[in-house]
This record gives sequence, structure tokens and C-alpha cells, in this order.
Amino acid sequence: MRGATILKASDDKTKQLNQNTLMAFSGEAGDTVQFAEYIQANIQLYSMRNDTDLGPSAVANFVRGELARSLRSRKPYNVNLLLGGMDPITKQPHLYWLDYLASLAPLPYAAHGYAQYYCLSILDKHHHPDIDFEQGLKILRMCTDELKRRLPIDFKGMLVKVIDKDGIREIDYDMSKEVLPA
Amino acid sequence: MSSPFAINGGACVAMVGKDCVAIACDLRLGLQSLTVSNNFPKIFSYGDVYLGLTGLATDVSTVSDLFRYKVNMYRLREERQISPQTMANLVSTSLYEKRFGPYFVSPVIAGINHKTGKPFICGFDSIGCIDFAKDFIVSGTASDQLFGTCEGLWEPDLEPEDLFETISQALLNAVDRDALSGWGAHVYIIEKDKVTKRLLKGRQD
Repeated sequence: MRGATILKASDDKTKQLNQNTLMAFSGEAGDTVQFAEYIQANIQLYSMRNDTDLGPSAVANFVRGELARSLRSRKPYNVNLLLGGMDPITKQPHLYWLDYLASLAPLPYAAHGYAQYYCLSILDKHHHPDIDFEQGLKILRMCTDELKRRLPIDFKGMLVKVIDKDGIREIDYDMSKEVLPA
Repeated sequence: MSSPFAINGGACVAMVGKDCVAIACDLRLGLQSLTVSNNFPKIFSYGDVYLGLTGLATDVSTVSDLFRYKVNMYRLREERQISPQTMANLVSTSLYEKRFGPYFVSPVIAGINHKTGKPFICGFDSIGCIDFAKDFIVSGTASDQLFGTCEGLWEPDLEPEDLFETISQALLNAVDRDALSGWGAHVYIIEKDKVTKRLLKGRQD
């Protein structure tokens, strides 16, 4: 369970910002949680002051602005982010990719770090704009299987959260089954 | 290979025609050789003036947002649209403010001056030195290739339809010779009282 290279096997690297947006983060230890909590606090403050939630694109552009400001400071935050959300007005789902340089891109599917090299080709091949939830989970399973197969380290499974019109929820995601060689 | 101008990739070009101008950009956003997005436009409109921004993606967003703010403030103060020439000076001074810690972008401006009716294009380096041109302006990681295709294809006094064909072929053939640019294009043809925006598919490799 714990060892020289693994400090925790069940770390939740996501933060819920408001009713309909979730932010996943990775990067330098310390920076990640500090920055994520700072963003979460400010988005929650906005919701309390205005009695309304910011939409996903407004949240994404706010986070980008804060990260871009930090980029040109004495000690920039080294954080990569994925922002998912449902627009409360148009009811459309949104996904934003944001790296530590504060490059913002709206995407149909996204990953950070080594997962990009392993997963984006699978998603290029199998993702279509009109897939339903079950098909999406199937493609996600292909991605996590590929990571299990090819990543040189054991990343101790996955935490999967779903954002839809009913809000944000965590789902059971079994990773105990052995993955066969391709 | 770690120049901030060449991390994300991208290309932009502007051309003058007969009573019209054109500006076009590619749509790629990458991290070195990995393509992250194929829908990252680099041309932004500010009333009648069009600004193309290549270079570091974060600064493309920062600078385009900054000029949205500055041009909106200009329009409220002056109660009129900004002219391309004024915009060029605004871009130049804004970039030079960051002389010793610049935005890593190479801007391109295209528009028609509504007072004189004359087409106007210009380009900049990252610290705001203006490059006025009578023919065309190129920028981005495919700028070497764009110089070649533009020198080969451009001629004076092109009509809007011919200018569209010229700038499109110049861009498409330049980005196909650059690994960091491509994946589709946006082309704007700007006439006196009409702007046409076209989306080009381009090679998806």
C-alpha cells in the first residue's frame, strides 16, 4: 500500500468549484492543492455574492487569468488542469484543457502529461461528438487499460467522476481486473 | 527547440488586394510535436480591424484579451471605431511597455481605413517594432515557408475572389511544409462594406 514511492493510493485530485463545474489538477506537489483551493474559494465566493453560478467558460477564463498572472510572477504555480462542466443556461457540456503556461483550449477530450501520449490516439480513433454515456465509459476503459498496460509505474487505479445535468457524482470504477497484453 | 515562439506552433498571413485585404491563420495548438487542439483560431476582430497573433498560446490569449479591453475602452471614450493605423500604434506601444519581459507573440494587423477607404496591413516583432508593408505580412513557425509561397503567388491589385485563392494557397502550401502548423485554417476577406470568413479544412496530418 505505502512505500518509498507511494505516499497514498487513493488521492482525490479533483475539486468541485460550484454546482456544475469540476476541476482536476496535477503538477508540482504543494502548488496543485494551494492553487486549486484558491480557485475553489474564489468561485464559491462569486456564487455566494451573486446568488448564481458562473458557467464553465467563465470559470475557465477566470482560472486562465489567475494562472497567466502567476506565470509572470517570481514563483509561478506549476499546475496542469482539466475543467469539466455543464452550462447551466444552455445545458451543454464543456471541457477545457489548461496547462501550467496558462494555454487554454476547449476540447472534446483531453489529457495531461504521459497520459496524452498513451490516450489521445485511442480517443482520436474512437470518440465521436454524439456518443452516449455508456459508449464514453467504454472508451475511458480502453484508455485506462492502455495506461495500465504501458505506463512504467503502477498508478494505483483511477477515480472517475461524472458531470451531467443532475450535477456531479463519483462512480464505481473497478480496476482490479488484470489487463491482458495487447 | 525551446524558443517560446515555437512551443505551440502556428502561422498567420495578411495580404493587400484591390480595395480589399485578407488575413488568414492556421488552427493548430500543440506542445512541441504533440497536437493538443485543431480548433485554436489566431485571428481576432476588433470592430473593423483584424489582429492575427502567433507565438506562445498563453500570450496569444492574454494579448487578444488585453486588446479587447483596450479597444472597447477606446470606443467608449471616442464614440467611434478604432482605425487600423491607430490600432497599429496601440499594439506597438502596448508591446513596448513589456520591453524587458515581452509577450512572446508576432502580431499581424489587417483592415480598411474607413476615412480614406485604403487597405492597411502591418506586422510587428514581439517588442512592438512596426513592419509596414504594401504587399503581404507573414508570421509564425511557418514564416519562412510563407515568405516563399507569398513571393511566388502574390501580385498587385487582386480582386477579392482572386485574393482569397492566393492567400489560401499561400497559407495551405506553407503549413504543409511546417510540422508545427496546419490542421485547418480561417480566412477573412475584408472589403469596404463586407467581410467574408471562410473555414478551410486542410491536411489533417
